[in-house]
Amino acid sequence: MKSAVIVFPASNCDRDAQTALKEMTGKAPAMVWHQESELPDVDLVVLPGGFAYGDYLRCGAMAAQSQIMKAIKAHAEKGGAVLGICNGFQVLTESGLLPGALMRNAGLKFVCKPVTLSVEETQSSFTRKYEKGQSVTFPVAHGEGNYYADEETLDRLEGEGRVMFRYRDNPNGSARDIAGVLNQKRNVLGLMPHPERVVDPVTGGSDGRALFQSLIEALS
Amino acid sequence: MTITPEMIREHGLSEDEYARIKNLLGRDANLVELGVFSVMWSEHCSYKSTRAHLKKLPTIGPQVIQGPGENAGVIDIGDGDAAIFKMESHNHPSFIEPYQGAATGVGGIMRDVFTMGARPIAMMNALRFGEPDHPKTRHLVSGVVSGIGGYGNCMGVPTVGGEVNFHRSYNGNILVNAMCVGLARTDKIFLSAAKGAGNPVVYVGSKTGRDGIHGATMASAEFNEDSEEKRPTVQVGDPFTEKLLLEACLELMATDAIIAIQDMGAAGLTSSSAEMADKGGSGIELDLDRVPQREENMTAYEMLLSESQERMLAVLKPGREAEAEKIFRKWELDFAVIGKTTDTHRFIARHRGQVVADIPVTALSNEAPVYERPFRKRTPVAGEPAYDRKRSVAQSLVKLMGAPDMASRRWVWEQYDHSVMNDTVEPPGSDAAVVRVHGTKKALAITTDVTPRYCQADPFEGGKQAVAEAWRNLTASGATPLAVTDNLNYGNPQKPEIMWQIVAGIEGIGEACRALAFPVIGGNCSLYNETNGEGILPTPAIGGVGLIKDVSKRATMGFKREGDVIILIGETRGHLGQSVYLREIEGKEDGGAPAVDLAAEKKHGDFVRALIEKGRVDTVHDVSDGGLLVAIAEMALKDGIGVTIGQASLADAIPFFFGEDQARYLIATPFAEAEKIVEEARAAYIPVAELGKTGGDVLIINDNERVSLRELREGHEGWFPRYMAREEIPLTN
Repeated sequence: MKSAVIVFPASNCDRDAQTALKEMTGKAPAMVWHQESELPDVDLVVLPGGFAYGDYLRCGAMAAQSQIMKAIKAHAEKGGAVLGICNGFQVLTESGLLPGALMRNAGLKFVCKPVTLSVEETQSSFTRKYEKGQSVTFPVAHGEGNYYADEETLDRLEGEGRVMFRYRDNPNGSARDIAGVLNQKRNVLGLMPHPERVVDPVTGGSDGRALFQSLIEALS
Repeated sequence: MTITPEMIREHGLSEDEYARIKNLLGRDANLVELGVFSVMWSEHCSYKSTRAHLKKLPTIGPQVIQGPGENAGVIDIGDGDAAIFKMESHNHPSFIEPYQGAATGVGGIMRDVFTMGARPIAMMNALRFGEPDHPKTRHLVSGVVSGIGGYGNCMGVPTVGGEVNFHRSYNGNILVNAMCVGLARTDKIFLSAAKGAGNPVVYVGSKTGRDGIHGATMASAEFNEDSEEKRPTVQVGDPFTEKLLLEACLELMATDAIIAIQDMGAAGLTSSSAEMADKGGSGIELDLDRVPQREENMTAYEMLLSESQERMLAVLKPGREAEAEKIFRKWELDFAVIGKTTDTHRFIARHRGQVVADIPVTALSNEAPVYERPFRKRTPVAGEPAYDRKRSVAQSLVKLMGAPDMASRRWVWEQYDHSVMNDTVEPPGSDAAVVRVHGTKKALAITTDVTPRYCQADPFEGGKQAVAEAWRNLTASGATPLAVTDNLNYGNPQKPEIMWQIVAGIEGIGEACRALAFPVIGGNCSLYNETNGEGILPTPAIGGVGLIKDVSKRATMGFKREGDVIILIGETRGHLGQSVYLREIEGKEDGGAPAVDLAAEKKHGDFVRALIEKGRVDTVHDVSDGGLLVAIAEMALKDGIGVTIGQASLADAIPFFFGEDQARYLIATPFAEAEKIVEEARAAYIPVAELGKTGGDVLIINDNERVSLRELREGHEGWFPRYMAREEIPLTN
C-alpha cells in the first residue's frame, strides 16, 4: 500500500501519521505540502491532526480551500481511500467530502484522554480487521469534536452502515455518540480519535494497528 | 528632550543607575536610549540582584554541553543526541491576563529551546495559585490552564506534567513557570554569538506591534492595586505563527547559513540584538525602517521595546539571505534584513535617517549594575509541633487525598494534549513524565519540584529539598538524573529578609546539586513577586531531566499485582513539621522543614535505580508531600489494587504514616524478590522495612482501620472538577 500524508500549515500530527504508516506498511509515506496541485501515485491519503491555519475562522475551513484539496477530491472520486484524523476529519466535513460538522466540545474544554470506542461496522477498507462490536481504546485530543448533523442525515448514516466508530462514554457531546463516519462510496473515513497514536504498546496501546492492517489488506 | 528625574523613575531606574548611564555614554541619554537601558538593566534581563550568587551554582559535568548563559542549557544523552531545556516564569503577565500570560509563557520558552536547534518534545509547567476560596483563584486557574493548552496543543508539543499548588501567599501574585525540553544532534546546536563584522542581521516571524512594551520592566516591579491597569503591556500570543516559525527555523537550521540566532523574548529587538553582539564580541547596527511593522507610525522607542511574540533575530553568513528568505516565504512569515554586524562594539539604531541610539554594547551587558544586596539571616523555624494522637489514620488519609494540594490534577492535564508526537511513555500523574527519544529505545524522564512551605521555614534546607525531590522523582522512574534548570521565584530583593531567602536558597540548591552530581545548566529568576508589600512563599522551582537508557526497564508507581510485598527504603523518623498533615488536619503551618541528608539521598536512590535498571522491580514511588500513607494510597489508586499495611517503627501511627522524612522510596515486588532486596539493603546499611502486601480493594492499616479505594478515589478525583464547577466552596485552613 502506497500512502501520502498532507501537510497543512500547523498540521501537527503529520509526523505521527508518517511514523505509524512507516511502522505498519514498512514504507515511508509521501509528505505532500498543501500548495501542491497533484498527489503522487498512492492508494491512501491521510489528512492528519493538528491546527491547520491555527483553527482560525473555523477548524478546517481554510485548509478545505487549499490547492491540494482539488487533487484529494479527484482521488476520492476515483475511489481512492482517504483517512481524516481529528483536524483531518474537520477538513473533510468542511470540504464536503463527509456530511455533518464538528462543533465545540459540549464541555467547552479541550479534552485529551484515552476513550473506549465500539467498532460499529466492519464492512469497509478501514475496519475489516476488527470484530463488529469490538471495544477499542484510542486517545482523543481536541477542542471541537462534537459531531453534528441533522436528524435525517444521522438516520441515513446509521441506515447505510456508515457510522464506523461510536464512543462508549461520549467525551464531547457528539450526536448519537458518533466518533467516526464514512462517505457514501465507503472510501473516505473521518474520525476524531487518533488510531495513529496507538500502534505501539510502549506509548499507550496497539488498538489502532488493525485499522492500518485493514487498509493494507484492502489496498495492497 | 532632556531626561528628568521623573522619566528615570518611570523607567524603573534609580538616580545612581542613571548617573552610571551618563558616565558610560559620556553624555546624557536620549529617550530611546533611556528605554533601552531600562529594559537591559531591569532585574529580569540583568539578574543584577542575583548574579553574584548564581555564580556559586555548579554548572559543569561530563554530560554538560552548554551551561547557563545561552537561551537554554544542553546535555549529552549519548549516541550524538542532545537534550536542550530550560524553565522560565511568566508570573506577572499571567496574573494580569491569565490566558495570554500563560500562553505567551509557553511560546517564549519553546522559542528559547528551538532557537538552539532543538525540536521541542515535551512541556512541563509549575503553577502556584492563591487559596482556593480567594475570589480570583478559579478565574486564574481556568485562564492559565486554557492558555497553556491553547498554545501548547496548537504547537503539537505534548504537555506531560508539572505541579499545581494553592497557598494564600500567591493570592495577589500567582506563579506560572513553564519548562520546555527539546532534542537536537550534538553537532547541530545553534548559539547566539554574532561573531564577525559585516554579516546580515535578519528579522523573521511576526510583525512588530505596540504590545508588551516594557514587559521586562513590569516583571521587575512589585504589584499594587492598579496592576490590572497594566493589561496593555501583556503580549498576545499566536501559536499558529509560532508553529510555522518553528518549522521554518528548523528548515533553515538544516542548512549551514546561520552564524547566530536568538529569539526576541523579554525586551524584544533590543535584548536579542545587544546580547548577540555582546556574546560575539562584535557591534550591531539596526535600520528600524526595515522592521516589519503591524501598526502605523511606530516610533523607534516602540520598535526597540516591543515584546510582540513569535519573532526571531538571526545573523547569517553573507550571501545566504535569498536562500533563507525562500524558506520563510514558504512558511508565509515575514523576513527582512534589518541591519548588519560591525566591529565597532556599539549598538546603533537608525530611524528615518537619524541615529536614535548609539550605546557601547558592554554598557548593556557587563557594565550593567551588579548588587550585593544586604541580607538579614533569620533563624530557621525549628521544632516538632504538637498534634492530636487520637485522630483516625484512615479518615485523615481520606481528607488528605481530597485536599486542594493533594487531589488529582486530572482536570488540568486532560486539557493538555499529552500524547501528540507519539512518544509519551508515561503521561501526567506520575513521579516523572517519561518521553521516548524518537526512533530509539532511550527516554527522557522529566519533573518539576519545590516545596515552598519548607523554603519558608528554612530557605537553605528547602533549596536542598527541591533538588533532592526532583532527583528522587527521576530516580523512581528508573532514570539517571542528568541536570537541572531552576526557576527562582522570590519577593523583593531589596528587603534584607527576602534577600536572605534568595541567598540561602541558592546555597541549598548548590549544595544538593554538587552532592548529587546534578548540575544547573540554565534557569531564570523572577523577583519582586509581591503585592502590596506581601511576598510569596520562596519558590525556587527545580526542573530536572534524566535519561532512561532502555525504556523497557523503567518503573511506575501503580501496584501491578496482588500479593506483592511493599518495601520501604529509607529512614522514618516521623517528621511532622511543615507537613501537609499538620496543615490540613491540625490547621497549622508550623515547625521546621525536614532535614535533607544528601549522602543518604544518593545512597538510597542509587540502590533503587540499580534495581530498576536490572529489571528486578517495576513498581516504585517516591515518598514526598503527605508522607508514607499518601504515597501508598497513590500507588493503590493508580490501577485499583488495595493493600494491607502495618506500622514498622515508631510508637505513634500519625508521625509514622504522615511524617515527611526525606530520602525514602516505596517498592512493590513479588515475595521472593522482596526477600532478596531487603537482605541486600541491610547488607549495604540502608534502612529498609517490609510494610505489607498488595491485594483487594481496600486499604487496611494496622489491622484496625480500613478505607475503601472507592472512598479515596471519590475525594481524590472529585475535588478539582467540583471546585472548578463551583459546586462546593472548599475549606482551607
